[in-house]
Amino acid sequence: MSAMTIDGTEHIPDLEPESRLGAENVRLAYDSHVVVDGLSLSIPDGKVTAIVGANACGKSTLLRALARLLRPTSGRVVLDGVDIHQMKTREVARRLGLLPQTSTCPPGIRVADLVARGRSPHQRLLQQWSPADEKSVREALIATATLDLADRPIDELSGGQRQRVWIAMALAQATPLLLLDEPTTFLDIAHQMDVLDLIVDLNNQRGTTVVMVLHDLNQACRYADHIVAMRGGSIVANGEPRDVITAELVEEVFGLACIVITDPLAGTPLVVPRVRREAAPRAPLMFAESAI
Amino acid sequence: MIAASAAIAGRPLARAVRWRGLSVRLDSRGAIGSLVLAVLLLVVGCWSISVGDFPVPIGDVIRTLLGRGTSSSEFIVGTLRLPRVLTGAMVGASFGVSGAIFQSLAKNPLGSPDVIGFTFGSALGAVLVIVIVDGAGSLAVSTGAVVGGMATALVVFVCAWRRGVQAHRLVLVGIGVGYAVAALTDYLLTRANISDAQRATVWLTGSLNGRSWEHVRPVGAGLLVLMPLAMWMGRSLRVLELGDDTAAALGIRLGRTRLAIVVVGVLLAALATASAGPIAFVALMAPPIARRLMHAPGITIVPTALVGALLTVSADLMARRLLAPLELPVGIFTAVLGAPYLLWLLTREARTGEL
Repeated sequence: MSAMTIDGTEHIPDLEPESRLGAENVRLAYDSHVVVDGLSLSIPDGKVTAIVGANACGKSTLLRALARLLRPTSGRVVLDGVDIHQMKTREVARRLGLLPQTSTCPPGIRVADLVARGRSPHQRLLQQWSPADEKSVREALIATATLDLADRPIDELSGGQRQRVWIAMALAQATPLLLLDEPTTFLDIAHQMDVLDLIVDLNNQRGTTVVMVLHDLNQACRYADHIVAMRGGSIVANGEPRDVITAELVEEVFGLACIVITDPLAGTPLVVPRVRREAAPRAPLMFAESAI
Repeated sequence: MIAASAAIAGRPLARAVRWRGLSVRLDSRGAIGSLVLAVLLLVVGCWSISVGDFPVPIGDVIRTLLGRGTSSSEFIVGTLRLPRVLTGAMVGASFGVSGAIFQSLAKNPLGSPDVIGFTFGSALGAVLVIVIVDGAGSLAVSTGAVVGGMATALVVFVCAWRRGVQAHRLVLVGIGVGYAVAALTDYLLTRANISDAQRATVWLTGSLNGRSWEHVRPVGAGLLVLMPLAMWMGRSLRVLELGDDTAAALGIRLGRTRLAIVVVGVLLAALATASAGPIAFVALMAPPIARRLMHAPGITIVPTALVGALLTVSADLMARRLLAPLELPVGIFTAVLGAPYLLWLLTREARTGEL
């Protein structure tokens, strides 16, 4: 798939990227309410893909379908060349991990016990704790810097620590593909960055293919190799951040007037919203001006 | 913190015994706790067998249980009291495990079968059989209880269903359906002849009076099949406790797994109800007690079964001896223990807004 760059020349595409996970002409609906229709997408292997879009654009719905939580009413989601709904749940769980938006946990559960539950697709009645289980859980705890918390009950942790523990659980599952639904919600800005750094490290070190739904466009630009922008259930743009993020696209997708500059630190596109009105000298005047 | 991490780094995160490709997780606290509970159960059971209108010394009880008793102790122990204690223990275990299953599914301590109406449903089924079939045997009553329990569970789940079952809906709908079912049972009693009604009323309170081997058999056979199933399902339940999305992502087939778990849970409660009536609150109390004793994260099957058995056998001992020679139904005593606990739960939930 090629994309146009800002100056209008055609970006020369790399060879068609390998893709283990994709959607083929899917229609996604809750009861009779159709959210996504006729959508096709290939997730590039070994990359971090961010799905962005305004509220209710169908990005979480798409992620749920990719994770096999939602069955398309037509079309199919393909994992390793096979319709994901033709595969056994357990088999999918060994290849594809998911961090949903909300999870519950039994009160008083220890961090190590919770993370260990991520191993359940690899366990059987008489294979309850193999050396591989021990290794994966330990590595997940180390990667998320939660090994120190292993013996603590999860209820005692802060929001940021808790999110790291949930990510650790998904990591312990040791899947080559990992989907995350808004992994930074409810976190303060520093913890958001921590979590995103962690996800990118994971991608770099293990080669894990990551797909995440993100709210913050600038975070998506900075952390993702690949951006899928959605509007009204369709894909509007699909490609590298520097190729696809333009002021026109942001206007189209979010209805936000902005300029796009280069992030002085990361070199990635940075969206700066336009100020809607000129700065008002005094508070009472603001209302008068905006009324004009 | 550094010291703690060094300590964690040095030892495995979970202990297990491994043999060739197989491994079993070890939970020393659970194992020791279960052993202590089993010994306690044995002690209370023997004590309960030894006391009564014709006291049998503990030594004689143990000799008789080992098959070396006199003919009179053989009769008192083997025919009168052992079946009662056994029924109590097994019924308590069944209620406990059923409670653990539904509380875990509902992720709510109020989601136990005696709160959400399943036990009342079993009672209705059993009373229906008692009233309609003359001199109904225990098999017929058990069947009635199982059918009644299943039907009620079905109604509750259908009514609570809204793109999946949410805990608070399940609890509220269950309480409502439970009342409707209990009202139906009351109506049946007013239509029954006096002796049937009397038999049904004692039974409805939850009683172990006059239990014989005839009552031991159905619940015993049921436990033999259902307990291993429940233990096996415990693994899936522990994953389901993390929420539907996470459980599905971890390889659980939600619909099928939940259906199987519900069937096992309803069967356990129904069989127990068939044998001893809807003994109140054992299903509600046993699981959290077991969890707290074992410091278990999530559902624990064996300790819950033992706690349920111990609660029921102890309550029956009190019911028999506190106002001796008057023997009260065991359900009164479990209610005396359970009602304050339920109140505490309700006030706590109201405060934390979890319900």
